Amino acid sequence: MKMRQLPLKNLLGRPGRTAALVLLTAFLALSVFGGSVVVRSLRSGLDSLQARLGADIIVLPASAESKVSFKDLLLQGTAGAFYMDASALDRVREVEGVEIAAPQTFLASLKADCCAVKVQVIGIDPDVDFTVKPWIDRSYSQGLDDMAVAVGCRVTADVGESLKIYDRYTHVVAKLAETGTGLDTAVYCNMDTMKALLAAAEEKGVSHKITSDDSDLISAVYVKVKDGYDVGLVNNRLNGHVRKATAVKARSMFTDVSDSLTGISRTVTLLIGAIWTLAFIILVIAFAMMAAERRREFAVLRLVGVSRRGLCGLILTESALCSLAGGALGVALAALAVFPFTTLIETRLGLPYLAPSIGAALLLAAGTLLLTLLVGALASAWAAWRLSRTDPGTTLREGT
Amino acid sequence: MLRAEGVSRMYMRKTGQANHFYAVKGASLALVPGQVAVLTGRSGSGKTTLLHMLSGLLTPTEGHVWLDDADLYALDDKALSRLRNGRIAVVPQGRSAIDTLTALENVMLPSLLYGGAGDRAAALACMAALGVEHLANARPAELSGGELRRVAIARALSQSPDVLLADEPTGDLDDENTALALSVLQSAAKRQGRAVLLVSHDTEAVRYADRVYRMDGGTLSEGQ
Ligand SMILES: Nc1ncnc2c1ncn2[C@@H]1O[C@H](COP(=O)(O)OP(=O)(O)OP(=O)(O)O)[C@@H](O)[C@H]1O
Ligand SMILES: [Mg+2]
Repeated sequence: MKMRQLPLKNLLGRPGRTAALVLLTAFLALSVFGGSVVVRSLRSGLDSLQARLGADIIVLPASAESKVSFKDLLLQGTAGAFYMDASALDRVREVEGVEIAAPQTFLASLKADCCAVKVQVIGIDPDVDFTVKPWIDRSYSQGLDDMAVAVGCRVTADVGESLKIYDRYTHVVAKLAETGTGLDTAVYCNMDTMKALLAAAEEKGVSHKITSDDSDLISAVYVKVKDGYDVGLVNNRLNGHVRKATAVKARSMFTDVSDSLTGISRTVTLLIGAIWTLAFIILVIAFAMMAAERRREFAVLRLVGVSRRGLCGLILTESALCSLAGGALGVALAALAVFPFTTLIETRLGLPYLAPSIGAALLLAAGTLLLTLLVGALASAWAAWRLSRTDPGTTLREGT
Repeated sequence: MLRAEGVSRMYMRKTGQANHFYAVKGASLALVPGQVAVLTGRSGSGKTTLLHMLSGLLTPTEGHVWLDDADLYALDDKALSRLRNGRIAVVPQGRSAIDTLTALENVMLPSLLYGGAGDRAAALACMAALGVEHLANARPAELSGGELRRVAIARALSQSPDVLLADEPTGDLDDENTALALSVLQSAAKRQGRAVLLVSHDTEAVRYADRVYRMDGGTLSEGQ
């Protein structure tokens, strides 16, 4: 036996007490790790959504449901089917203060053979697109040729495979990085491909026509405002100038989501705070009780020559071992509870949710462990200090 | 040599008109290497209090305790702890085993401190001298009061101390084991030249004594 093994022996020698301490710290770690992973994921989900949106203003068809349906598309990936005449794009470009105007056209697939659910096909103009294009470029830089598609990470088709949409074969050239938003279930193509797919849909009896002529259709125009121009002002001008369309400031589009997110974070933070305060008090009491129960044991250690510092070290080591074991257990339990259910959490909350990368998760876990260690040390410090202050002779006389 | 000079210990407690009293008052004595001193006295007379002050476990209210040239209570905690580990061994009154360690580990404990590797053979030899070596792997919870007492004596012996202080070491022991323990403690003085102090009510213990002290209401005197 080595002196170093004494703390471990003490812990293993009293399994009941040790288990109670470990479970208590595990509970602490679980709450803080699980809570912060969820809050962080929601935050980065929203950030990612806003980054994906990347525009100052979105111009949508003037119909009542187009704005709601556009938001649902981004948040949940539900299909949107709203259109306006492509001439709206030219009208947008005429407005002073508009730097770039990039069109997108949406088409909901039938239940494609690729996927269990309908996917949203989004046509972009690679020449002017400034929102989706840079994202696609990160996985695939050759540009989208005709009948080539880039797919979101949750579309079950891989690069090199072909994807049948309305009986047309498209081939997958890129799989995009996760955004945690509805865009993860979308399929991107260029405008010519989109035109072909719209025609194919027509053949299948799914009509998207808004007028009798064969004019091109677009669903949304993403607008970037020139530097020095006020977004609100340009937005108003767009609303005045472009007929049968509504311009919406991108920032105001997700204020409600952002607000509810702030609410959720605050609730979670409060909850974690309450749990910690409570658990800290319980820990302090637990250590104080343990110290009282073990007074004689500690006095005997002093008797055979353990110094005050040595005794404090012993107590702190025991607490550190408990904290580490409990912290690791709690983090593991939280990880098991949170990571496998990312999709469930996302659909339940109806909010964009982007789980942290392994690196970030490890960092969070390390932070949690550090925090439990600190709390354990603080909780036992007082007990250790008090114990080491009393003369061992005084303690040894007690209860003999 | 361990010397106490006018050591007193006062406690705050209501006794008569005063709100304090002396558990030990102005005690002086010297423990000489190679000799066995026996301290007797009635219950509550202050024997344990004196023994703790002699062993560096209880700070006296007045007076000094010297181990050779070192004033125990002038040392810092680290130095005093080291000294207790290496030179002063105590068998305290009552139970003194660490429950999570085996009997053998308890006996080895002092030799493991301060980077020591632990002397298993010496520990077993000390246990054998007191007839408890067969209990080496038992846990304290599994041992009787008398067995624990002998394990505690073995632990003190295994420290090879200059001074060995034992508080009623034969309290829980039968006649046969009392004789065994006392003769082991005596030979620690006679053979190994340790200074030994035994606190005992036992008239048997007095037969092993080179000197006898008596405690009476906190006052120490020599002779029975
Ligand atoms: N911490 C304390 N606070 C108050 N009084 C104390 C304290 N410690 C000891 N005393 C008192 O000091 C006196 C001497 O106690 P001590 O334990 O030294 O007696 P003792 O001679 O060893 O008795 P016994 O033979 O029963 O062990 C007792 O009256 C005891 O009540
Ligand atoms: Mg006593």
